[in-house]
This record gives sequence, structure tokens and C-alpha cells, in this order.
Amino acid sequence: MSANLINLLIEATGQTLYMVAISAFLGTVFGLPLGTYLAVSQRGELLSAPLVNTVLGLVVNATRSVPFIILVVAIIPFTRLVAGTSIGTTAAIVPLTIAAVPFIARLVENAIREVDSGLIEAARAMGATPLQIIRKVLIPEALPAITLGLTLAVVSLIGYSAMVGAVGGEGLGDLGIRYGYQRFMPEVMAIVVVILIVLVQLVQSLGEWIAARVDKRAPKGRGQ
Amino acid sequence: MTNTMSQAASIAFDAVGKAYTKPGGGTVTALENVSLTVEPGAITGIIGRSGAGKSTLLRMVNGLEMPTSGRVRVGGHDVGASKGSALRAIRRDVGMIFQHFNLLSSRTVAGNIALPLEIAGVSSDKIAPRVAELIDRVGLTEQAGRYPAELSGGQKQRVGIARALATEPKVLLSDEATSALDPETTQTVLSLLKDINRDLGLTILLITHEMAVVRDIASHVAVIDGGQIVEHGRTYDVFTAPQHPTTRSFLSGVTGVKLPAFVEHKLTATRPATGGEEVIRVTFAGKHATDPMLALLTKDLGIEVNILAGAVEEIGTHPFGNLLISLPAARADEARAYLERHELLTEVLGYVS
Ligand SMILES: Nc1ncnc2c1ncn2[C@@H]1O[C@H](COP(=O)(O)OP(=O)(O)OP(=O)(O)O)[C@@H](O)[C@H]1O
Ligand SMILES: [Mg+2]
Repeated sequence: MSANLINLLIEATGQTLYMVAISAFLGTVFGLPLGTYLAVSQRGELLSAPLVNTVLGLVVNATRSVPFIILVVAIIPFTRLVAGTSIGTTAAIVPLTIAAVPFIARLVENAIREVDSGLIEAARAMGATPLQIIRKVLIPEALPAITLGLTLAVVSLIGYSAMVGAVGGEGLGDLGIRYGYQRFMPEVMAIVVVILIVLVQLVQSLGEWIAARVDKRAPKGRGQ
Repeated sequence: MTNTMSQAASIAFDAVGKAYTKPGGGTVTALENVSLTVEPGAITGIIGRSGAGKSTLLRMVNGLEMPTSGRVRVGGHDVGASKGSALRAIRRDVGMIFQHFNLLSSRTVAGNIALPLEIAGVSSDKIAPRVAELIDRVGLTEQAGRYPAELSGGQKQRVGIARALATEPKVLLSDEATSALDPETTQTVLSLLKDINRDLGLTILLITHEMAVVRDIASHVAVIDGGQIVEHGRTYDVFTAPQHPTTRSFLSGVTGVKLPAFVEHKLTATRPATGGEEVIRVTFAGKHATDPMLALLTKDLGIEVNILAGAVEEIGTHPFGNLLISLPAARADEARAYLERHELLTEVLGYVS
């Protein structure tokens, strides 16, 4: 394999990591509060607002229903507005983030709804405000599940990032398509796939390790 | 720390009603016209069957439930009329412990006890010494850095108690706090509550479905049935002279004094035309509790008495006896009159021929 190709692979890996890291970060910044709000605004919950909850839920579902490749193309005007250009690796972060936010929000929502309602009751009995309950009870208690959810989101983003070649985004997926498919160099395709598998494995293991570290509950099976 | 209440807060329920709206429409009446004044600085037990409305009543004291009619006053504050920061201030003066402990799994023992202080906005340099003091108070010094998953049920409840006491409340609410514990651990937790009541003078309101818990620590008791208080008063008075059938059925459970099966099966409600024996429950209380009354009955009236079951125990420091006896039905009226004259309580359970 030529040195040139090795350089291309290293560069592409860096671009993938760059897109995934930034979009995962931004997805969390917006998805965590959105998911938390979706959980606590349900009827009868801490900040019960059924109407707002339903509307937000519809928006989230709609975004999640659009296939990623269509989303990428459909939001090109928005991408240009935000990133200044609609072409390239940095521009690709916009659709990745738009896809990540509702996904992460739903994962966070589920994690928070799993928190024992007895804990919310105990905090209310202490005189906690809803915001204190969210910050000091719900998020810390849901953290192991949130960590696993974010791991899942990052793995999905690695997959999505392979499709951004459609709008001139680079990275491993784009390299695989251009060399492996269009120039018919199956070994490049193979190496790209191996790197992706290794990346996903690393992310998954790291996520599980962190989740285990923050989880102070009794191990499953031993019971409470 | 802000204390909005005077020492030894009083709790008063005034014609309180609570109806829940069911999700599909319609209402469930959980409480109806409940009036009760809780003795300040004392331990009051609330006993009743499942669904009687105990939790609903207790949760109104800190506004976790609001009354649909009537008023709940705690330390002079109308809980039902409070909301927002006024309600949160009341809640900081009312500690609560739970059947399933409700500890944060993500925080250590010390972290859990610190939570109400953080919520109350106490500065972190004041939190540490206060937490240490509370941990010491409940005897968990060794476990301060452990997580709830590494504690036994009894230790978890101690953390719950320390947490409930953190903001120096005037009232402590306990909803079945010992129901998930074994009998021995129950005893240690109950005696901790007793010590706290004595040392800190706070008013404790505790829910239970076990009369034994009431007997062991409560000086006052209220019996609730079908959303209404059917009997209340000093524990000793209620134990020795129960008025309501619900109270009686709870008591027969706690005294452990039950008819032997062979008598129970033959028991009839009507007096046989001739012969036969009357089965009576005799409750000894007050100054005659330890007198040999049955021996005197035989001696004075010449009536032979058969003892079927019995026990003498203590409520607080007072002895309290419970005997099931049978004696010839023909002379039963005479015998009961004699016992009543000597301030014993009698209750006819039935007849055997
Ligand atoms: N949130 C609620 N919504 C509807 N009905 C309720 C609600 N909470 C309680 N109830 C009803 O009110 C009644 C009293 O309930 P409560 O929880 O006070 O009983 P309890 O005496 O504490 O019973 P247990 O010993 O089982 O805890 C029951 O019929 C119950 O089904
Ligand atoms: Mg209950």
C-alpha cells in the first residue's frame, strides 16, 4: 500500500472523529435539556405541560422519521446559513447534529423516566424546587443510562458520518466510497471497514466502562 | 437555617377530606371529614388496613397531597393554602422517612444526608460538620463513604432518618418505615426513633399496619378505617378499652392472645339452653393488672374458671394483661359483673356446649 494511501486513511479517520466528536458534543448540549424537558413535562410530572410536551414530541418524531441521507440534502439552506457553506466536512456537522439532537433527547428522556419516583417524592418532601430535583436527583440518578445512551448515539453518528460524502463531507465513509467503489480498490474498502469496526468497538467499550464507573447501584442479578 | 415553626410543632387536621380523580373520570374518596389534633412532641401512631387512607393523611402534613376540603395546619401554617417557596419552607421543617428508604443510589451515605442541606442552600463549609454529626447520631460512622447498595436495610433506614433530621425539622413523618425490615432490625430502628423523640422533642407521626409498632413506641394512636378516624387517644387507653371493631381486630393480632383452634371451631354465638360454657376475653389494666383476680373469683363466688390463653405485657411502663377464659354459662353474668366491679374489662366471645 502506498504511503499516499496511508496518509489518506489517517486523514479520513481524523475527519470522521472530528465530525462525530463535534456533532455528538452539540447533540448532547441540545439533546440533554430537550430530553430532560420531554421527561418532566409529561402530564402529572414535575413540570407538567402536556400540550408543549405533545408538540415537542411530534417535532422530535418527525425529525427522527426522515432518513439521514434525505435530511442532509433537505436542510442544505439551513446548513449554509449556519456554517457559511453547504459543502465540506465542517458543513456536514450541521446535519449530523440535527440528527443527533432528537435521538439523544429520546435516549435521555427514557433514562430519566426510569428514575424511581420515590426519589422525586423524597426530594419534594425536602422542599426541593423542580430545577433542584432535575440537577441533584434526576440527572445524577439517570447518569449510567444516559452514558449508555450517548454511547449508542456516538456509534450511530459514526455510521451516519459515512453518508456525508453526498454533500462533500470527507471522512472514512467518503474515502471508502471514492476509492473502494468508484476507483475499484477493494482493499481500501476493506481497511475502511476494519477501522470503522475498531472505532465502534472502542467507543462501545469506553462507554460501557464509564457507565459502570458511574453506576453505584447493586449489580443486576444480585438484587437490592 | 430558617425555622418557620415554633418548638414542638402542633399538627391539626380540621374536617379534612380528600378525593382523587381517577384517570378515566370519577373520584375515589380517600379521606372523609377527618379531624385530629396531634400531641406536640409526642409519638403518634396511625394504624389502619391497606387502602384506609393512612398515607394520604400523612402526606398532607408536608403538602405532598393537598386536601380537597377542610384544613391541615402544621405549626400554625395552613399547608393546603401554601404553595411555592412558602410550601418549601414548611417542608424543610417536616422530615420524612419512607418504607423503601428512597435514597439516591448515586450518592454515598454522607452525600445522601447532605442533600436536604444543599437543597436548603446551606453553605458547603457548614454542611460537612452537620453531616458528620448526623452520621454519628445514627451510628453509621464506619459507613459514611459507602453507597446505599452496600448497606443493609436497617442501615439504609438509618441514613433515611439522618437525612430527615438534617434540616432540624420540628416534625418527623414515617410512612411504614419498618415494614421492609426484619423484626430485630425493626426494633433497633424503632428505638432510634424513640431516642430522637426524647432528645430532640420533635413530633413524630408514624403510619403502620402493625399494632406492635404502636405499642412499642407510640404514646398516642389513631385508628383509621375507610377514610375516617374511628378511634383515637392515648395508646394505653385504646389498648385497654378498644371501642371500635377495627381496633379490636388489630389488637387481637398484636397481643398474640388467640383462642385455641379446638375451642374456636366449637364456638357458637348463642347461649345453649342448658349447661355449656361462656368464653370471655378479660382485659387487665391499671392498678388491677397484676392482681390475682381469677383466683379471687373462684374464692369469693365459687365459680370454676378455665384459662384458654393469656399474656401480660407492657405498654410504655404500664402492665396490660389479656386473658381468654371460659366458665359455666349459667353463672357467667354474675362472674362478669364481679370482674367489671374490679375494673377489669370483659367481652363475650361466644359459647361452647
Ligand atoms: N394518587 C392517587 N390516585 C387515585 N387514588 C389514590 C391515589 N392515592 C391513593 N389513592 C386511593 O386512596 C385510598 C387511600 O390510599 P392510601 O395510599 O392513603 O392508603 P393507605 O392506608 O396508605 O394504604 P397502604 O397501607 O396500602 O399503604 C385508596 O383507595 C387508594 O386507592
Ligand atoms: Mg400507604
